Amino acid sequence: MIELRHLTKLYGDTVAVDDLSIQVPDGEFLVLLGGSGCGKTTTLKMVNRLIEPSGGSVWIDGRDSAELVPFELRRKIGYTFQQVGLFPHMTVAENIAVTPTLLGWSPRKIQNRVSELLELVGLDSRELRERNPTQLSGGQQQRIGVARALAAKPRVMLLDEPFGALDPLTRQRLQKFLARLRHELSLTIVFVTHDIAEALKLADRIAIMQKGTLRQIGTPAALMLDPADDYVRQLLDAPRQEAQLVETLVTGNSSSSENIERDK
Amino acid sequence: MKEQLALLPSYLTSHVQLTLLALLCSTAVSLPLGLVVTRVKWLERPVLALAAIIQTVPSLALLAIMVPLLATFNFQSIGFLPAFIGLTLYGILPILRNTVTGIANVDPALLDAAKAVGMTPSQQLYRVELPIAMPVIIAGLRTATAWTVGVATLSTPVGATSLGNYIFSGLQTRNHTSVLIGCVAAAILALVLDGLVRGLEISVRKRQLRQFFGLIAALGTLYLYLGFNLATTVFLPSIRPVTIGAKGFTEQYILAEILGQWIENETGRPSTQMQSLGSMVAFDALVAGDVDAYVDYTGTLWSNVMGRPTVGGNRTNVLAEVRTFLASQHGIQIAATLGFENAYAVAARAPDAETLGLTKISDLIPLGNTLSMGGDFEFFSRPEWRSIQDIYGLTFQEQRTMDAALMYQAAASGAVDLISAYTTDGRISAYNLRVLEDDRFAIPPYDAVILVSEQAMRRWPDVFEAISALNGTIDVEAMREMNLAVDEEGIAPERVAASYLAKLRTSQSPDITELNKPPPSPAR
Repeated sequence: MIELRHLTKLYGDTVAVDDLSIQVPDGEFLVLLGGSGCGKTTTLKMVNRLIEPSGGSVWIDGRDSAELVPFELRRKIGYTFQQVGLFPHMTVAENIAVTPTLLGWSPRKIQNRVSELLELVGLDSRELRERNPTQLSGGQQQRIGVARALAAKPRVMLLDEPFGALDPLTRQRLQKFLARLRHELSLTIVFVTHDIAEALKLADRIAIMQKGTLRQIGTPAALMLDPADDYVRQLLDAPRQEAQLVETLVTGNSSSSENIERDK
Repeated sequence: MKEQLALLPSYLTSHVQLTLLALLCSTAVSLPLGLVVTRVKWLERPVLALAAIIQTVPSLALLAIMVPLLATFNFQSIGFLPAFIGLTLYGILPILRNTVTGIANVDPALLDAAKAVGMTPSQQLYRVELPIAMPVIIAGLRTATAWTVGVATLSTPVGATSLGNYIFSGLQTRNHTSVLIGCVAAAILALVLDGLVRGLEISVRKRQLRQFFGLIAALGTLYLYLGFNLATTVFLPSIRPVTIGAKGFTEQYILAEILGQWIENETGRPSTQMQSLGSMVAFDALVAGDVDAYVDYTGTLWSNVMGRPTVGGNRTNVLAEVRTFLASQHGIQIAATLGFENAYAVAARAPDAETLGLTKISDLIPLGNTLSMGGDFEFFSRPEWRSIQDIYGLTFQEQRTMDAALMYQAAASGAVDLISAYTTDGRISAYNLRVLEDDRFAIPPYDAVILVSEQAMRRWPDVFEAISALNGTIDVEAMREMNLAVDEEGIAPERVAASYLAKLRTSQSPDITELNKPPPSPAR
């Protein structure tokens, strides 16, 4: 269980995250959703202390994370982000093995784990393990990023727009893969995105943020049926409008295109 | 060529020793400094600026300034140490700058990733930042290697043997083979060392452990050998030979050879030379005891060491005053007066002098504004020049500073009308120049004197005695002939010296001048 208690982050006079409190029960897939600069990434990075909070606290499994040594905390939490950040001077296998190596696992155990993980993320171990990560496609790189995050068997995973830079088809494949994976491993996940469709597809619950504050939190269905305010309603309506626009362009139905004009 | 190549092992060893030890130190200083600077942001600008300032000091000046600086703190101020420190400073900037750039250019996403997978700050540095910045840092090391090998040739004038010995003496004695050997050897050395560093980088990147450890072992052995070599020279000074100093021009090379060969012959003690020293470096080296004896000139000592602004009267008086000053201030003895003067003189092309009716400097007064004058590197800042200007009221249309070896040719070819010639230079007649008489006595006397340090005198009384026997043995004509033999006929200084000494030993009564017997040494 992850608990954010009155979490606040200030940069000078600017409030990036303002008194945010959320509970994420074990095994839940929570999506932090919002536009650019709403504070969702800052919030995520405060969970594994890549950013230190200005106020409030993060509790993980009943312990205040501020009392843990940062690097020890991070070894227990998987983290994946849009740029992936695979180390270019290491092979694929070494990238995946990095956290177990830091934890001092035996070489044999590490090798077995790497094979296991490559299989788990659907990549050919024999073909890829000694390759340089820069030789791989974006989709393959992100799968390896996920494998690296899962290497030391964390129970919690943080993902920061992990599929944002991928082409739509690859993105859909990886979304399905993640949806399956989290059930297989019963992970607790906090997932940051601004892609509403992605949030609706993956989330158990969605937390909608704006200007550092929580606007509404709930299941996708609950949010769609009962948006708390105009901002939430418009935001969640965006994919549908986009779909309508696409349809208009295909069928030439002008009435719905006028609707879109009026809504703007 | 053969004679020159025989010197290669000793020159090359010293050069490699200087280069590699300096590079090791530059790296040991700049790599950690670079890392500190990337961690403590506000240090970056001042540290890089300081390194850049050091770099803008001309390399020769950087090495030369180490001499008085080290002397101030009572360190060995001539030879290995000043060259080593200068080179180390010179190698810092490229490595430092590339370390800072390399680390700063590591993708921030990778740093986030390194933190997120649970690395401690030092693990981030060793496992991610350094390996990723390594190619850039190595590139800096390679730049430093090439620079250091090149600049090390400039350590000759501060008394450290290097491949520069070929270049400096070759340029002065117009021995082009010697210059070429020095340049080619330095270039090959630079390529070899660069290849070594490159090999290291490739073996690290491709993880060829055997190749890596092979190269490290080779380098390690080299360092051990050099370190041992250095240790023996530093810690076993008892086996030290008599060290003869020579400034960087032909006459000095010849006289140093004469001194060395004479001492070896008379006392059986081995001698060695520190060649191509700067004018003041030679004197400082004598004071510090790094050089035991060398030939200087009374006029030079008068103005440079004693700091007298005025021209000091006749030869006898100047000599007496210089002798007293050196003995009382520095414990240095004038062991012998060689019997010739190497003074500055104003020389013009002989045919021009004929047509214009020039025989003395005062004849120039009506022509001054239409003439150009060439001088060696120090002439126009020397008191002689001020004195000529004051006493004759001369100003020239143009004054050009040039290398002494090129000055005579410049006058002969008409590039300048007058030059500051040296009276013993054989090229005055060889290039058909005429010395103009100093009819108003503006130029001080420049008697060649052999100086011996206090330390050497105490250590080797026999050496002092042998040197004293050279009193009055070389007159102006003899010196001019010897200079010409080296400068124009391309005969090696050691051979010219040997044949002169042979002649000297057979002639029972060497030419004695009126300056002969020195008065008894002042009591100390």
